[in-house]
Amino acid sequence: MFPPLPNPSTTDTAPRFSDKDLIRRSASTVPAPEQQLTEVAKLIDVSKCIGCKACQTACIGWNDTHPEIGLNAGVYENPADLTPDMFTLMRYSEWDNPETNELEWLIRKDGCMHCADPGCLKACPAPGAIVQYSNGIVDFVHENCIGCGYCIKGCPFNIPRISKVDHTAYKCTLCSDRVAVGQGPACAKACPTQAIVFGTKDEMKQHADGRIKDLKSRGYSNAGLYDPPGVGGTHVMYVLHHADQPELYSGLPKEPKISPLVEAWKGVTKYAGLTILGVAAGVGLLHHLVMGPNRVSETDEEHAEELTEGKNDGRV
Amino acid sequence: MAAYDVKPNEQVHPGKPVIVDRYTVGARINHWITAASLILLALSGLAMFHPSLFFLSRLFGGGQFTRFIHPWIGVLLFVSFLGLFLRFWKANLWRPEDGTWLARFRDVLSNHEDNVPEVGKYNAGQKLVFWSMSILIIILISSGVVIWQQYFAAYTTIGHQRIALLVHSIAAVAIIGVWIIHFYSAIWVRGTIPAMTRGRVTGGWAWRHHRKWLRELIAGKPNGRSGSNPAE
Repeated sequence: MFPPLPNPSTTDTAPRFSDKDLIRRSASTVPAPEQQLTEVAKLIDVSKCIGCKACQTACIGWNDTHPEIGLNAGVYENPADLTPDMFTLMRYSEWDNPETNELEWLIRKDGCMHCADPGCLKACPAPGAIVQYSNGIVDFVHENCIGCGYCIKGCPFNIPRISKVDHTAYKCTLCSDRVAVGQGPACAKACPTQAIVFGTKDEMKQHADGRIKDLKSRGYSNAGLYDPPGVGGTHVMYVLHHADQPELYSGLPKEPKISPLVEAWKGVTKYAGLTILGVAAGVGLLHHLVMGPNRVSETDEEHAEELTEGKNDGRV
Repeated sequence: MAAYDVKPNEQVHPGKPVIVDRYTVGARINHWITAASLILLALSGLAMFHPSLFFLSRLFGGGQFTRFIHPWIGVLLFVSFLGLFLRFWKANLWRPEDGTWLARFRDVLSNHEDNVPEVGKYNAGQKLVFWSMSILIIILISSGVVIWQQYFAAYTTIGHQRIALLVHSIAAVAIIGVWIIHFYSAIWVRGTIPAMTRGRVTGGWAWRHHRKWLRELIAGKPNGRSGSNPAE
């Protein structure tokens, strides 16, 4: 058992981190922060999840979103996918384990992974619309968002969603506002089985180790921690009973990384593109300085006059 | 004689200097709508392309409106350029003399046009600009629709959208490059701008740069009158 999150105090608490703690800001640079905050993380132990959706409810409640009342599509997922009003979603998959011949119900709480190397932030063209704090939280700043959807292309996990109402992007904030005052995410607070726990990243890794040992002792020899290095590690991690096959959990990518297309677009294309255009303009200017304009001469006009006088002749 | 690139409404007006009609008022309006769209697209697109150019979005009233208006200007450009394409494609077909003209491009650059073959309404350089613009605009509109988040995001996969983003940005850089060539040539070759503002050039300009076209005009239409009009 991990010590549960404390209840909030009734006195005002000063936020523990702010804009001074940014380590990345989309389409802009930030000065290096004076202090490095302790990295935080949320650990989702899928082996403990009972699929109750208390986390979804807590998320809606805390973030005051109003998801549309949907239709029953005959599956457990509700709504069918992440939406601008649903930042986290229980995804259910049924898997026939060929080794044991048993049906396993694999439930994964989907949502932003708070990557150390966030693809959304890399792709974002709007200064300050996506920020990353030194504690690892990646947050969207809606007043700076232009609604282009580049973050969706940048994200290796298909998480951000653009609102059709205010045309800005939404995703899990890791309850940055709660974390700032010493609380944990609403989903972790609501989880009845401690399938979701929150603390420092080191604490979470340690806690995960204990969980993995326990799972291994119960026959899940491939149990392990999902903290993918391709995106520099994440600040939302999973304990998986089948860590060798993360795809089983509703398509959790095995080796997520920012797409090379996005890297090329935001890297070499951006710099080479502007260089090429600058050079083209420079060559034009230089050509004009060296060669001068191509002017029509008096003789040209005379030739034209002669040709016109000559009428049908057509030859000079 | 069937001159391939002479339009019935192009006339040669004798005088000092000779005045030659080059573009109808319709073609000029069509051109300037296209030009304005392309410039606005470049400004709004560059704002979303490189962070150091994001300030350009202020010209459009902020990032949200830039994001909203850019694709619509793209639609306008496509339709407008389609008009130009239909007007000009025939005169831009490749001719045997174009290869020779291109092979002697150094002479063109050093203002020694007497060494290159006589060309029709467009020289090889102009033709290359025309066809590059045509191809790039098709690439830009098709990749642009794929990344038009507001209306079309649901119809393609994120994988396709990533490809489209890369293609769109490379094609955009290319078309701005072609535009720089187009714009610079119009300044460098003096006497060209009036073709697109007033629709006419001097006979000397036509003689110097498009002699074959001038000969065809004069040969086809004596006294600069349209002899083929049945109403006359």
